[in-house]
Amino acid sequence: MVLALILIPAVIGGGAFFVRNDLLRRVLLLAIAVTHAGLTVACWVWRPAATASGWLALDAAGLLFLSITSGLFLAATVYAVPYLRREHDRMTRDAVEGFLFSNAPEATFTGCLLLFLAAMTLVTVSQHVGLLWVAVEATTLASAPLIYFHRHHRSLEAAWKYLLICSVGIALALLGNFFLAVAAGSTPLVFSELAARSGQLNVPWLKAAFLLVLVGYGTKMGLAPLHTWLPDAHSESPSVISALLSGALLNCAFLGIIRTQQVCAAAGLGDFSRGLLVDFGLISMAVAAAFIVGQTDFKRMLAYSSVEHMGILALGVGLGGAGVFGAMLHAVNHSLTKAMLFLVAGNILGAYGTKSTANVRGVLRVLPVSGVLWVAGLLAITGSPPFGPFLSEFVILKAALDAGRTGVAVTYLALLAVIFIGMSTIMLRMAQGVSVRVEPRRESWTAVVPPAVLATVVLMLGVYLPGRLTQLLQETARLLGGM
Amino acid sequence: MTPDIILILVVLTNLRLLGASRIGASVRTVAVQGILLGLLALLAHHGESSSSVWLVAVGGAVLKGVVFPWLLFRALRSAEVEREVEPFVGPIASLLAGVAALGVSLWLAQRLPLPEGAHSSVLVAVALFSILVGLFLIVARKKAISQVLGFLVMENGIYTFGVGLVRESPLLVELGVMLDVFVAVFVMGIALFHISREFDHIDTHELTTLKD
Repeated sequence: MVLALILIPAVIGGGAFFVRNDLLRRVLLLAIAVTHAGLTVACWVWRPAATASGWLALDAAGLLFLSITSGLFLAATVYAVPYLRREHDRMTRDAVEGFLFSNAPEATFTGCLLLFLAAMTLVTVSQHVGLLWVAVEATTLASAPLIYFHRHHRSLEAAWKYLLICSVGIALALLGNFFLAVAAGSTPLVFSELAARSGQLNVPWLKAAFLLVLVGYGTKMGLAPLHTWLPDAHSESPSVISALLSGALLNCAFLGIIRTQQVCAAAGLGDFSRGLLVDFGLISMAVAAAFIVGQTDFKRMLAYSSVEHMGILALGVGLGGAGVFGAMLHAVNHSLTKAMLFLVAGNILGAYGTKSTANVRGVLRVLPVSGVLWVAGLLAITGSPPFGPFLSEFVILKAALDAGRTGVAVTYLALLAVIFIGMSTIMLRMAQGVSVRVEPRRESWTAVVPPAVLATVVLMLGVYLPGRLTQLLQETARLLGGM
Repeated sequence: MTPDIILILVVLTNLRLLGASRIGASVRTVAVQGILLGLLALLAHHGESSSSVWLVAVGGAVLKGVVFPWLLFRALRSAEVEREVEPFVGPIASLLAGVAALGVSLWLAQRLPLPEGAHSSVLVAVALFSILVGLFLIVARKKAISQVLGFLVMENGIYTFGVGLVRESPLLVELGVMLDVFVAVFVMGIALFHISREFDHIDTHELTTLKD
């Protein structure tokens, strides 16, 4: 089953480059997304056994991140197929500088999208240090062409920065993996084995390994100050790709960090590794806050918000205890909320033809459904009750207080408040008022149903946590040394 | 030929890269470095020359010594760029920075405890030196193709480390890493082509529109 999850999108994705019929390709894309989601649901019922001598196994953490990825991919596909039909063979006017540009061939887009899904799936099921690295690098390579879907100079710049910065970052993570191999000696480089035989690990090498892995995967995850590629890539790629990058890809890199952290904690380096995560977490939140306040491009604002939330995830794991549970829950909440917001941002961009916050007014009137979702998304992403992120951010706050880290807790709350003010100023101004340039219009159901479903789930997670999900989150937290 | 001679040659290729003023020469130097590392991989496993060691060493050498230069020269031709390196930092200053980096690498390598089985800390030093030179080339060169070369040199440094110190890394992972690097260079080559078409040259200082 694990193999099927990886191979189906990989093989069909490779084939999609050569399918000339547009309709067939779109049907294939939808079919794969549905199949993948179905197989993921099946994994909840029958947890598949480890294959390939323990290299590929779906543990609790893997299943959690696989479910996020698969669910978001399905939502993104439902949204993307009509988008591709609309954009097909047409010159589009650029939203910023007003020139005309064409798009990349749709076959390339679909093929890369499916390969991207395969690579992310491989990340979630890899238990071997080296295999995980190969998978994370593969996600970069599969997604770079997606960022350059709109063929113009800004998206090219974004794709080039993404490719180079992330490749260099991930190369450092490879060095970290070699350090880990040196530290391990003859122990096989499977995470569970390393954690089990942590007594035999060479501590100085392990320390250096964790630093390099944190910097390497942290670049990909968007932890400040290594986040520089992130706002560019998110603002220039099509909104549906931004949704997948923020909601699914950043989590994958995070998984690489927490799996290595698990080894460090087992080897008695927990204080060292957790301390670093707390520092990176707070720095990311601070940098995000500084750039969100007064941001003039709403997709960049959402991208910086992702930097903030990646900081919260690192902080949660760094605090340990209940914070790990909070971080895992927050990963779910953030992914769903942020993907939903990017999809709505795509609707707004489509209607207004601009990314500038100053030129968008009256979304609630022009796009009634998207407008309501935009405001709901604002409340959710800033951690207001009754949405899911409120709950998870609260758990992390409580973990900080329980650990006696009052300073961390106060900084955390202050930064959340600044970001709340910054984002609500921008987003409410966009939602309210009357637009003089754009007429109210009907929205197609494919453009609003995927974000609406995501919003409903986020709302539900704030009110009621299903027992099975709680169980999985607890299992993940235990695996990663929390609780 | 002992591994140490190869390591010294790797250091020399790095210094040549720092001082080079033509892109063609830089691409060829990186190719030579790739072949040297293939040899190093063979020598480091002397005595236990299994088929997988041969496969990885020869495969790596062919990839880095033949395939990558071919891909990069093709990108260079299609981009019709001028063959000057156009550095932000001149060759003399680059070389001085290189010497400083070499010193730092030697000092760092002394400080890390040597793992069992490694015969000298020179290998660690050379690996670190290559990584630093790669990073320097990425930052200090104007043309996008130089940044790709910098990435390759950095990757070579990491590979040096892996060859010398990691006892048994599984074949599958080695092949996976190789495939990833290949696809990375391939995708970067395509990006180079697009950059040259979009801007009529491949200077990255044009790629500075996006900022806050």
